[in-house]
Amino acid sequence: MEIRSKEFKERSVFAIHDASLQQALGKARGGFVGKRAQQAAELPEFEQLREEAKNTKNEILANLDHYLERYEQAVVAAGGHVHWARDAEEARNIILDICKRVDAKTITKGKSMVSEEIGLNEALIEHGMEVVETDLGEYIIQLAHEPPSHIIAPAVHKTKDQVSDLFEAAHGGPRKTEVADLVNEARQVLRDKYFRADVGITGGNFLVAETGSSIIVTNEGNGDLTQTLAKVHIVTSGIERVVPTLDDATLFLRLLARSATGQETETYTTISTGPRHADDLDGPQEYHVVLVDNGRSKMLGGRFRDMLRCIRCGACMNHCPVYGAVGGHAYGWVYPGPMGSVLTPLIKGLDAAYDLPNACTLNGRCASVCPVKIPLPDLLRELRHMQHQQDITPVMQKRALNLWRFAATRPKLYHALEQVAARVLSGISRKGRIRRLPLASAWTDSRDLPAPAGRTFLELWQGKRGQK
Amino acid sequence: MTETPTRGPRVGLFATCLMNVFRPNVGFSAVKLLEDAGCTVEVPAAQTCCGQPGYNSGDYDAARALARQVIETFEHYDYIVGPSGSCMATIRHDYPVLFQDDPQWLPRAQALSVKSWELLSFLADVLDATQSDAHYDGTATYHDSCSGLRGLGIKGQPRALLGEVDGLKLKEMEDSEVCCGFGGTFCVKYPEISEKMVDDKVRNILATGADTVVGGDLGCLMNIAGRLKRINAPVKVFHTAEVLAGLADGPGLAGAVKGSD
Repeated sequence: MEIRSKEFKERSVFAIHDASLQQALGKARGGFVGKRAQQAAELPEFEQLREEAKNTKNEILANLDHYLERYEQAVVAAGGHVHWARDAEEARNIILDICKRVDAKTITKGKSMVSEEIGLNEALIEHGMEVVETDLGEYIIQLAHEPPSHIIAPAVHKTKDQVSDLFEAAHGGPRKTEVADLVNEARQVLRDKYFRADVGITGGNFLVAETGSSIIVTNEGNGDLTQTLAKVHIVTSGIERVVPTLDDATLFLRLLARSATGQETETYTTISTGPRHADDLDGPQEYHVVLVDNGRSKMLGGRFRDMLRCIRCGACMNHCPVYGAVGGHAYGWVYPGPMGSVLTPLIKGLDAAYDLPNACTLNGRCASVCPVKIPLPDLLRELRHMQHQQDITPVMQKRALNLWRFAATRPKLYHALEQVAARVLSGISRKGRIRRLPLASAWTDSRDLPAPAGRTFLELWQGKRGQK
Repeated sequence: MTETPTRGPRVGLFATCLMNVFRPNVGFSAVKLLEDAGCTVEVPAAQTCCGQPGYNSGDYDAARALARQVIETFEHYDYIVGPSGSCMATIRHDYPVLFQDDPQWLPRAQALSVKSWELLSFLADVLDATQSDAHYDGTATYHDSCSGLRGLGIKGQPRALLGEVDGLKLKEMEDSEVCCGFGGTFCVKYPEISEKMVDDKVRNILATGADTVVGGDLGCLMNIAGRLKRINAPVKVFHTAEVLAGLADGPGLAGAVKGSD
């Protein structure tokens, strides 16, 4: 997927004025936040689990090579194959090669953000294969030819009416308007695809080193059908998703559903270990795992290691007021919201996504709900620091900062400037406020500026108490 | 120097930039509250800004230059107290981080960090203030500023003290913990997003029917007051300190005069 994060400003303004997007966002926001809060409140050890999850992830990341090697051995022992992909292109080529070898015509897909990250669908379609997304949200946006706008609710930006229109156009009508009817219609269409699929591709929420298993969670059961009915099952996953044991996986599963959708657990939690075994009733003939690095090992060795704890629950974006205002597409690439604003510059380059780390008020709500306690605001600030050091920060902003520093490190000058500001702003104000200020139109276009009283506090204080 | 009483802790008041220019009344309110609680208050003239604009813009060198100035100016006081969760969280949390690789300045940053307090938190958590003899006629809703709330754990203290104010009724708004869209330079770098956020905040404020908004950070309050005034909503905006000190008898932020709009 082509990155369009450079257009963040334009896209965000567009999003704010998109009435149906705002309607969809407003609905989603209340649901996710309220349900998560309820789940967190009902589980007495929830905060303790967050701490435990953070520590477990840190331990895994400190020994990631070890766990990945153990995982690979276990996958091979179970009859599967592990492929290592340094970047998106390698990952695409590995998967393309497997699909070509088995002469795949139809490929079903469970939801996988890594497959979005590596631009897999476009590559498969380019090679003449039919790709069918089976997650309902992914299916909707595939019909709309749009990328996901949320990592767990990819079509959260769509209203029900828009989905009715898309389904009518794609399935030939009659137009359905009830959610249950829409879901049923998609189910009928998809059922046939599962049986025809040559290859089923899923993500991997967790990779278990002790057993070589991949775990996915869904609410629709589409992942199970994708991975058991196709001849070949391919798991795409980032290298950071490995956990040592099934016990560890349960720790994260307890946090994932509660943080993501506000459920105690997702409807389906599916553990896959290798291809179909002799005594299995069903399952794929081949089982492949494509482990994608794509910038992750670089994060591991630097100051952004904390980001690799992410379990892709989406709580940060659900609680982000900026995401809530503009939705996911404004961010311009695969991962939106706070986690995306950290990941996108790290994977695609600092100057490809200048606005993302900056379009944040550092209000900290994301970090306060993150199940693995990633200090997202600190990481965003750190990216701003890197932008500043690498001269990606706009020249005007740097000049303004230099002027501010020059004045603020000279108290007498600073106070004199403050006194001038207080007098001038007070002088041009009417009824306690300023309605238009030419150099501050970014403020006064939408807000009045409260007027100063004319004298600064320090002036008045010194007059009153005569202190130096 | 005038003679100062010798009892009680010696507090250096951190006069935040916004307070200094836009709302001196908050400074005098803070002084009154601190002196009433038995503190000796001084306002050192060598102070300017805490450095947060530099820090949050990624200019760590500039932030350190300002931090050193604040440390030198305030380290000889028993406490440094300021009427802003945002500035005080910078001093409390960010200074030690800024100097983590500087063995000379780190101990001084840490020493100042532990005696730095946001005003309401200082009154409640350090001085155990539980009473207020102030009077305010009206119904107020309290906005939780993000830095104070998540950085310094300020939530119950201002509400408890405001609850003691004679004549004042408190009414909670929906999403009081959600950012108002100020965010320092964010509000002018991304004005449309900021406007959407402050509009959501204002809608929640108006839904309470309260005639007053109070909060602990002038950045947020100027943003909220500016938007309320722009849409001609007759809601007054005061800093918590002004109400608690009984000095919320003049015009609110952006000109609303108490008793009229």
